[in-house]
Amino acid sequence: MAEVDDSNKPLFAGLSDVSISEDIPVEGEITVPVGPSSQDDAYSTLDEPVKETILRDLKAVGKKFVHVMYPRKSSALLRDWDLWGPLLLCVTLALMLQGGSADSKEDGGPQFAEVFVIIWFGSVVITLNSKLLGGTISFFQSLCVLGYCILPLTVAMIVCRLVLLGGSGTVSFIVRLVMVVASFSWSTFASTAFLADSQPANRKALVVYPIFLFYFVIGWMILTFSPSS
Amino acid sequence: MASFDDLKFQEFEVAADLLSANPNASTVSASSNNPAPIQGDFKLDLSEEEAGQEENSELLKGEKQIGGFWTFEYYQSFFNVDTMQVLDRIRGSVMPLPRRNFIKHHIRGNPDLYGPFWICATLVFSMAISGNLSTFLSNLGQPQYQYRPQFHRVTIAAVAVFVYAWLVPLCVWGFLTWRKGTEPQISSYSFLETVCVYGYSLFIYVPTSVLWMIPLNWLQWLLIVVATAISGSLLVITFWPIVRDDTKLTAFATVTAIVLLHGLLAVGCKIYFFQTVAAPAPSSPTVPPLTQNHMTLLTSLTKGH
Repeated sequence: MAEVDDSNKPLFAGLSDVSISEDIPVEGEITVPVGPSSQDDAYSTLDEPVKETILRDLKAVGKKFVHVMYPRKSSALLRDWDLWGPLLLCVTLALMLQGGSADSKEDGGPQFAEVFVIIWFGSVVITLNSKLLGGTISFFQSLCVLGYCILPLTVAMIVCRLVLLGGSGTVSFIVRLVMVVASFSWSTFASTAFLADSQPANRKALVVYPIFLFYFVIGWMILTFSPSS
Repeated sequence: MASFDDLKFQEFEVAADLLSANPNASTVSASSNNPAPIQGDFKLDLSEEEAGQEENSELLKGEKQIGGFWTFEYYQSFFNVDTMQVLDRIRGSVMPLPRRNFIKHHIRGNPDLYGPFWICATLVFSMAISGNLSTFLSNLGQPQYQYRPQFHRVTIAAVAVFVYAWLVPLCVWGFLTWRKGTEPQISSYSFLETVCVYGYSLFIYVPTSVLWMIPLNWLQWLLIVVATAISGSLLVITFWPIVRDDTKLTAFATVTAIVLLHGLLAVGCKIYFFQTVAAPAPSSPTVPPLTQNHMTLLTSLTKGH
């Protein structure tokens, strides 16, 4: 270690006697911990083919779909939230709710913008409600869960349209009713399973009721979809 | 002022009695927050005529008020209710008793925005859905009727209900505060408590709107009268102690105006959403080919009766 010059300030004069390398052996290894494993080499995703990028996101979305259809106590939906799935589901649902009663703007079903606004604004309001009541879940995690749990209702919409292709008599109505009620209960149950744990125990019902209302309204929009040429 | 201190003391005693009678009640907010005038003072958007010196001194020596209106915690203080409290308030709104002032007895210095907001949302959807269903049921036997979801009604219902539930309390609160400004012995409720009372008073209209689906005209009008009587009496019981110290004319005019507006909401909604039409529904007269299926549905349903 170099000797300290006299030109240094006298403040550090006492330090000139200390020679660290002779008295205290300092050796060892310095390792820098690698970043979080999910961020594998952020710089290298720039070079990968576009197909790989899209497929990776699609796989993540697909994995979450599976978690919604079989709601176990897993935290995958909460930990790696994304809003691609909800956007996809919302656009699909809004487009499918479009084809009906298009001849009369006044009396018809919901317009695309109305469905979109109800789903997103409803999700935001429910998330704000649960946060204001003292929930510990983050804003986007809650949006993610509520959006993904629309999946059963979207499936019901597809089935309803297929049933309506075969005619819209009483039997088809009963089938659609059963389908919508089942999927609405599934949606509510799935989202409650993910969201209810983050609430204080004496306010769970206050948080679950708006979710129930939200999916009920979406189910109502699906059930009353009446096609016309 | 002496009357203000008296009011504060009385409220505290009543609260203590009620708390001792019901030890399981959530006491966090009732005991930790000071009564309503403090919260009312911190509505920064409206002027603070009742911000007397007592409130400021309470504040300075008491606990720290929740932050400004730009912080999240400020709004969280309006959602400081439990499930049982909300249910209790709803029960109190459905059965108004003459001696139980809703604000003093149920809200007790802890007004919440959860009840009013979600009751209004429920009311919007229940009115739109029940109206749609009642139109469908009343047009059931007619062959040229094609079912319409009539979704635009949701927008109209939403505008009507939310404007009523927020604008009218604002006007009532403003009016009462103005009267209190001219005659200081009248106390008044904070804006949030007024909104709370109006929100919870709208709850009775939710089952009423569902019952309005039954297509009997006399029954619908009877339901209107009953529902308006119940929620109107809730409002009257709440506001009468405030206005009765005013001049007789103002007192009666205020109370009558409150009840009239409430009845007007009910009647307006009934007339718009639940038209018991004997004439065919106002849908387009052309018959697209797909209504064949609707006709089979209708005829099969009528055969099933």
